Amino acid sequence: MTQSKDKPEKPMHRVRTGDPAPGGLSREATIKIGQQLRAMYDEVVKEGVPERFSELLKRLDDNKGGGEGPHS
Amino acid sequence: MSLDNETRDSILAAVPNLRAFGISLTGNVDRADDLVQETILRALKNIDSFEPGTNMSAWLFTILRNLFRSEYRKRKREVEDATGMYADSLKSQPEQSTRLEFEELRAALDKLPDDQREAVILVGASGFSYEEAAAICGCAVGTIKSRVNRARNRLAELMSIEDLDDIGPDRQTRAVLTADRG
Repeated sequence: MTQSKDKPEKPMHRVRTGDPAPGGLSREATIKIGQQLRAMYDEVVKEGVPERFSELLKRLDDNKGGGEGPHS
Repeated sequence: MSLDNETRDSILAAVPNLRAFGISLTGNVDRADDLVQETILRALKNIDSFEPGTNMSAWLFTILRNLFRSEYRKRKREVEDATGMYADSLKSQPEQSTRLEFEELRAALDKLPDDQREAVILVGASGFSYEEAAAICGCAVGTIKSRVNRARNRLAELMSIEDLDDIGPDRQTRAVLTADRG
């Protein structure tokens, strides 16, 4: 085995082989994953409705020219 | 068929969540927004098949999910023709929504098979029940449950989340510091 001179700059977490059986995830791990997923997701939800979409619906509404169009 | 206020409002109300779902699936804000737009157009075209009183959000999610699935299949074929272009579109990762702290999760999600990714997002992030997620994906509840489980396991593995139990990084840092002193 030769030792590599350049070391990785950030710590690499190695995925262990022979991990616990599927389904054997700890409660903490399950919670942690849920939190991260929701945090990422909520970042986008917090952005609300971009103008592009309110404009789109308004335009579609106008085009219909139906009785229930926006007041003008 | 006219776009009544109630329909318009419930579609608009679903937009933030549809975008979040789209971005989680594609990893790309622009593609996600295109998907959401297509979803809205498709929904309005088929508004007659929506049963008033049922869950508008779940109905829209179903449309977006199916559009993504067919678009993705198409893209996969295009990759063979234009690998470079596809690589470029992958590189233009969203900045506004994929902040640094989510990069690891983002990368891990990308490694999941489609069926597992959509399942874990619908249940774990969108907050749908297993039953609703099963309806959206057009499969059995048991199938969704096992996909969510497999997805969680894989994410934990990819993100080394189980390491939290044995304070991995801290211990390593301490070992390095001690070694330096000695």
